[in-house]
Amino acid sequence: MIKYIGKRVILAAFTIFLVATITFFLMNLVPGGPFISEKSISAQAQAALKAKYGLDQPLIVQYKNYMVNAVQGDFGLSLKQRGRTVAEIISSKFPVSAKLGGLSVLLALLIGIPLGSIAAMNRGKWIDQVIIVIATCGIAFPSFVICTVGLYLFGVYLGWLPTMGLTTPIHYILPVFALSFYPMAYITRLMRSSMLDVIGQDYMRTARAKGLSQFVSLFKHALRNAILPVVTYVGPMLAYTLTGSLIVEKIFVIPGLGGQFVSSIINRDYTVIMGTTIFLATLIIVMNTLVDIAYKLIDPRIQLN
Amino acid sequence: MNEYLVDVRNERLSFFTPAGEVKALNDVSLFVRQGEVLGIVGESGSGKSVTAYSLMGLTAHPGRLVGGDLYFNGHHINEMKERDMRKMRGNEVSIIFQDPMTSLNPVYTIGNQIVEVILLHTDKNRQQAHERARELLQLVGINEPDKRLKQYPHELSGGMRQRVMIAIALACEPKLLLADEPTTALDVTIQAQILELMMDLKKKLGMSIIIITHDLGVVAGMCDRIAVMYAGKVVECGTTDEIFYHPSHEYTKGLLQSIPNLNEREHKRLVPIEGMPVDMLNPPKGCPFAPRCGSCMKICLKQMPDYTQLSDTHYSACWLLDKAKFESQGDVQA
Amino acid sequence: MSEKNPISFQLTVDDFLPASDAEKQNLVQMRPSVGFWKDAMRRLLKNKVAMVSLVVILVIMVFSFLIPGIYPYKYEQQIQGSEFLQPMVYSPQEQARIDAGEKVFPHILGTDNMGRDYAIRVMMGSRISLLVGLIASAIILVIGSVFGSVAGFFGGWLDLIMMRIVDIIYTVPDILLIVLISFSIKKPLENLAETQGFQWLQILGPNLISIFLVFALLYWVGMARIVRSQVLTLKQNEYVTAARALGASNGRIIRKHLLTNCIGTLIVTTTLQIPSAIFTESFLSFLGLGVAVPLPSLGSLASDGLNGLNTYPYLLLAPALLICLIILSFNLFGDGLRDAFDPKMKS
Repeated sequence: MIKYIGKRVILAAFTIFLVATITFFLMNLVPGGPFISEKSISAQAQAALKAKYGLDQPLIVQYKNYMVNAVQGDFGLSLKQRGRTVAEIISSKFPVSAKLGGLSVLLALLIGIPLGSIAAMNRGKWIDQVIIVIATCGIAFPSFVICTVGLYLFGVYLGWLPTMGLTTPIHYILPVFALSFYPMAYITRLMRSSMLDVIGQDYMRTARAKGLSQFVSLFKHALRNAILPVVTYVGPMLAYTLTGSLIVEKIFVIPGLGGQFVSSIINRDYTVIMGTTIFLATLIIVMNTLVDIAYKLIDPRIQLN
Repeated sequence: MNEYLVDVRNERLSFFTPAGEVKALNDVSLFVRQGEVLGIVGESGSGKSVTAYSLMGLTAHPGRLVGGDLYFNGHHINEMKERDMRKMRGNEVSIIFQDPMTSLNPVYTIGNQIVEVILLHTDKNRQQAHERARELLQLVGINEPDKRLKQYPHELSGGMRQRVMIAIALACEPKLLLADEPTTALDVTIQAQILELMMDLKKKLGMSIIIITHDLGVVAGMCDRIAVMYAGKVVECGTTDEIFYHPSHEYTKGLLQSIPNLNEREHKRLVPIEGMPVDMLNPPKGCPFAPRCGSCMKICLKQMPDYTQLSDTHYSACWLLDKAKFESQGDVQA
Repeated sequence: MSEKNPISFQLTVDDFLPASDAEKQNLVQMRPSVGFWKDAMRRLLKNKVAMVSLVVILVIMVFSFLIPGIYPYKYEQQIQGSEFLQPMVYSPQEQARIDAGEKVFPHILGTDNMGRDYAIRVMMGSRISLLVGLIASAIILVIGSVFGSVAGFFGGWLDLIMMRIVDIIYTVPDILLIVLISFSIKKPLENLAETQGFQWLQILGPNLISIFLVFALLYWVGMARIVRSQVLTLKQNEYVTAARALGASNGRIIRKHLLTNCIGTLIVTTTLQIPSAIFTESFLSFLGLGVAVPLPSLGSLASDGLNGLNTYPYLLLAPALLICLIILSFNLFGDGLRDAFDPKMKS
């Protein structure tokens, strides 16, 4: 176990390093810099600013400096939001995104798992057909369509729900639902096919032959096996909800990390771009590792290596 | 009212597939007495497993009983409610499946899976059930039962798992044990051990066994009586000696010729049964074995023969037997 | 021989004569064996949902690629005084022309804020979306299948290294990188397009190219994994061992055994990649990182439509619903293909 975690940490560190490197050189590929757009500043002042943040040095030196600082946990100051550190910006925006993403993941699991199971148990009946149609649509409809149509329908046309911000619980309804729609549909499909697979397994026949009721054999014997593919999907799903909230944040005007990331790219706020990328990559990799460990707890056959 | 523990009368069972009705069982009649071992022999698709599952009410979707009567231990299976059927399963009648690799749930410990069935059918508390599970493992010849109870199926060998399956099946001392090809998936050396164990336990516990197999070698040593099935029908049924020494159906003869005999001095060639099994979607009108039968007659293609009683315990459905009768009658008339 | 009543069945000597082989054969009706392609096609044609989806896809293709050529309006054409027309409504100028006896083609979906006919813009938008889907899938198919089959076929340390690369790309948060890549290569590509010899880049537009690049860099990993695992299992099949034992060359084994058995999976995976590419393109366009103005894509149309949502909901709904329809049809058709080619492969 310790060896496994050690291995994962090394691989994760390598991946994060790679992501950071790619990001660093990619963002510097774009001509212009963070201060060019500010016409009010003189060329002299610009040069001074560049020198202050070390942007006047050769790229490779900048890269080395950044990496050395980052390893020590210093992600620097924002280039555009004067006086705020990158860590401050992330820690103020991330809770918003995390709450939104966490609720969406929870909703997706709480609805997707039962829905998929119900469909599998009623294979071929009308209820199965209805669930399949919903799930198929959920996968086919891009999140911006769900968001905008939901916004129009419930926010504008019916006027039932607020259309922007995240100030009260009722504000969460539309964004959370919009964000969870795709993973919910995906989990439903996943759960249905894996449940169908499990129901056909020999050990389910054994369970019935023991005289267990339908309910117990499904809950005890089928569910734990059928849920395994869903557990595998939780990692990518977290990544999706954390980064996929770009759209939701834009449409519902929510001050989250996704919107921050996009605006920092547009503004060439190099340090914020780097900080956010590294932070999110780390988060996703850590989540994936946790998911793998959870998988091991559910399925004793899995050997971590 | 019934001297038999199991009495199957004219069972018909079909699978209603999208492609059409597959008549898996076509007029099957069988019986098993208390403490008796019946072997059901036949090739894949002959309906032997389907017969056994229907006794437990375990017929898989889209299969359905369409005719006949099934009696077990005084229950009329046809009319039983699912609730009562559940009380019977694992308690009065148990089953061991072909593949021990997949028949145990991979995510629960052996102990959990044995205790489960004990708790379900007895008044024992968890502690007592655990104790009983230990006993059972010892009974089926598994050493270090305490350690094994905590292990998961994938940590045990195939033979070991089949022993666990037997332990689960015997947990509530059933009156009838169904063994569906219990040794097919195992190594030859393990096969013998498992069969020996089953016979041993039968003597200790006095239950009846129906053993389903395509391997005549398995039934030879174990069974009191043998039913030979082909294409959803029992084509011949008799005591083990009758089947082995006086086979009367051409299919049974074919089966016996296709197994090697080590006692045979000279090298006799094994005779395979030519051809393919019939298409169960549109079974032929006559005897299902007719297309593959070496002694097929015109009548065989037109109509299914009735059973000919050869002795008190031995009957067979083959036109050749009727032909013999017909000719002898003809002789009398002439 | 007369018809026999089974109840009063009378046996005759004739009945006990041996039956001829021909008579026996009559009873055994073997179903004719069908080839792989024929069988798959038969299953596909029987799948109603898939066939309906195919028809929808074809209709959308006709509307995106053929109709714009004969349509009376152009997608970048701004009609004076026709801003923000409701569907099927004429501007005062147009009304005057109609009154004068001229024929004016109606604005089926109205017009946008610059007086451009919205129907043609939606059609052009779906043309762009479809093109992106098809070309991106082709790129993914080529890169993914070559990478995957090389890794799977040769195995060993090569496989190990190649799959580590795939693993790393897999764990990278893709949407972040997509945004970053498409944003950063936009400018360099624009510069490149202005230099001699690279003018052709201009025709496609640097944004489209950067989208393709994103797919080429990131999205092939799924395909590579699938192909590799297919090749690995196929390689171990007895018939491959048998072919090798009979002295077949590597090339022959790849062509005759691996490729023919992979092809179903390749077709299915590629088809299912098309909607996912369209999905991503619309996502990027919606964020303003997609195709360049005045070229519309369904995503950018929807994004623009969002601004006037309260008054002109159809400007949002038309492209949004069309993109749903396109992705849905491709998904359902892909599912149908999968069921037809490989009934066992379900995910």
